[in-house]
Amino acid sequence: SPQVVWSMLGNRQFCSYKMTTKTQNFCRNEYNLTGLCNRSSCPLANSQYATVREEKGRCYLYMKTIERAAFPRRLWERVLLSKNYEKALEEIDENLIYWPRFIRHKCKQRFTKITQYLIRIRKLTLKRQRKLVPLRRKIERRENRREEKALIAAQLDNAIEKELLERLKQDTYGDIYNFPIHAFDKALQQQDAESESESDAEREEDDDDDEDVDKREFVEAEDSELSDFEDMDKLETSSEEEQEEEEEVEKKASHSKSKGKTPLKGPARRKRPYIEIEYEEETEPSTKTKAA
Amino acid sequence: AGEGSAPVPGDGAGPPASERVLFPPTFSVSEIKNKQRRHFMFLRWKQQQRKEKLALKKKRRKEREALGDKAPPKAIPKTIENQRVYDETTVDSNDEEVAFDEATDEFAPYFNRQTVPKILITTSDRPRGRTVRFCEQLATVIPNSHVYYRRGLALKRIIPQCIARDFTDLIVINEDRKVPNGLVLSHLPDGPTAHFRMSSVRLRKEIKRKGKEPTEHVPEVILNNFTTRLGHSIGRMFAALFPHDPQFIGRQVATFHNQRDYIFFRFHRYIFKSEKKVGIQELGPRFTLKLRSLQKGTFDSKFGEYEWIHKRREMDTSRRKFHL
Repeated sequence: SPQVVWSMLGNRQFCSYKMTTKTQNFCRNEYNLTGLCNRSSCPLANSQYATVREEKGRCYLYMKTIERAAFPRRLWERVLLSKNYEKALEEIDENLIYWPRFIRHKCKQRFTKITQYLIRIRKLTLKRQRKLVPLRRKIERRENRREEKALIAAQLDNAIEKELLERLKQDTYGDIYNFPIHAFDKALQQQDAESESESDAEREEDDDDDEDVDKREFVEAEDSELSDFEDMDKLETSSEEEQEEEEEVEKKASHSKSKGKTPLKGPARRKRPYIEIEYEEETEPSTKTKAA
Repeated sequence: AGEGSAPVPGDGAGPPASERVLFPPTFSVSEIKNKQRRHFMFLRWKQQQRKEKLALKKKRRKEREALGDKAPPKAIPKTIENQRVYDETTVDSNDEEVAFDEATDEFAPYFNRQTVPKILITTSDRPRGRTVRFCEQLATVIPNSHVYYRRGLALKRIIPQCIARDFTDLIVINEDRKVPNGLVLSHLPDGPTAHFRMSSVRLRKEIKRKGKEPTEHVPEVILNNFTTRLGHSIGRMFAALFPHDPQFIGRQVATFHNQRDYIFFRFHRYIFKSEKKVGIQELGPRFTLKLRSLQKGTFDSKFGEYEWIHKRREMDTSRRKFHL
């Protein structure tokens, strides 16, 4: 009898459909009406029971009566409910006439919920579906490894620098940068004094990038460049850490100047004599105010 | 047993390393059952191999010096790029057919300076913080680009809207687990659509020793190593993202470097220290792309005409074969 069943399964002994959590007990039985483990909602412990379940988008009403308790195969009777919501509710009422109120009520509630989620499914399938593509671990690992190796083989910095120098050589930058060409240098190497005045004369016509040691009026225009120059300087030449802009300006000028004359001599040689020149010149305070 | 002329030592001690040990040809280190002894013999064998190799090298070097000028040229080491399987679609610089194709394909209006690129950057649904920040940074790098987020709009619907508003390119960044991992680049007035897998995304703050923010100047573009026809068309797609006339005052350069089918994107600021030396400083995000498919029309996954799809079984069979 159902009371015995309940006293066994519900309280004392083991029920395989029962799932306990901290606050509640759930019933995993597929014919359960509410999903909770109660005396009134246990399909095993009630000899007269009904549920609504859906299959492939259609809802069915399942009923179980005492007369068929001895025939497990025929225990659950299935009735197809109509697609029309109100009609289906009437059908439930019809079939469950004279049944306890609780079961009727819960059946209708369950049916409502099922129809609502079916509507939602239909709506969502019309929108864009997210297609899940599984990652293959071996392939991912292989590609990552190959990418690392390709990165090493690429030597990006060198490649970019080479390309930029190529473009400089092929004159794509036009007149912005006015470095004297190497051949020109070699020819001038013997005649230092003359080339100095010559290159000074050249630089008078320059625009922004070349700094001019003697002329002061160009310093102002190069403010935007100077900040970048500062950054670059801080990055590579750690030996010089002068703070003032003008010194760096002049240093740059001295660099480019020296490139014109003595490209073969080492960097140390390049820097020292001209740093003295920087300290000697009195132009700094005036240019500072101008540049600011 | 079978050690040749070496005296039989106790375990571990062994003869001094300078003695030459001869192993008879039938002896193999792996046949010794005792692990310690086997290990010891293996190390000795290895030492001997190294010595022989060094001796060989010395001999060769002596021969080379002895020959002087008549010495044969040094052998070039084999690299994967050297051994690359020759791809028949490699582009010659003077190929007329290629030149003609390029004059009449979808990028012709761009290269003839008839259109100015205008780019729309968007993401897949619900982008997370990293992707959002990446989109913003990408927008600063590419001039004349706008970022719009779409909430659930289908790509096919926004494409006609974009065309109506004069956008020339569409970039969709796909996101997975809060990290961008895919890029769809579509040239708009029915241009080709390329789908890439994106990896190693580094935002600006993750790049070490980076410079200041990229300015508004139009950067230059460097496209390296796009040799085949496919690579050529992809390279042109990338070039079409940037306006045609770079502003050299800005001294910024965006690089797309192809190496073994991986396209590395970097954004640098350069400065010429002399005519032989240039310094570069990395700003801007960086990422790598790998081409997955190239489609003829605009984005249409079901009915599109694919010009090239990466088929793993067919195309990944050889380690020396690359497609870009």
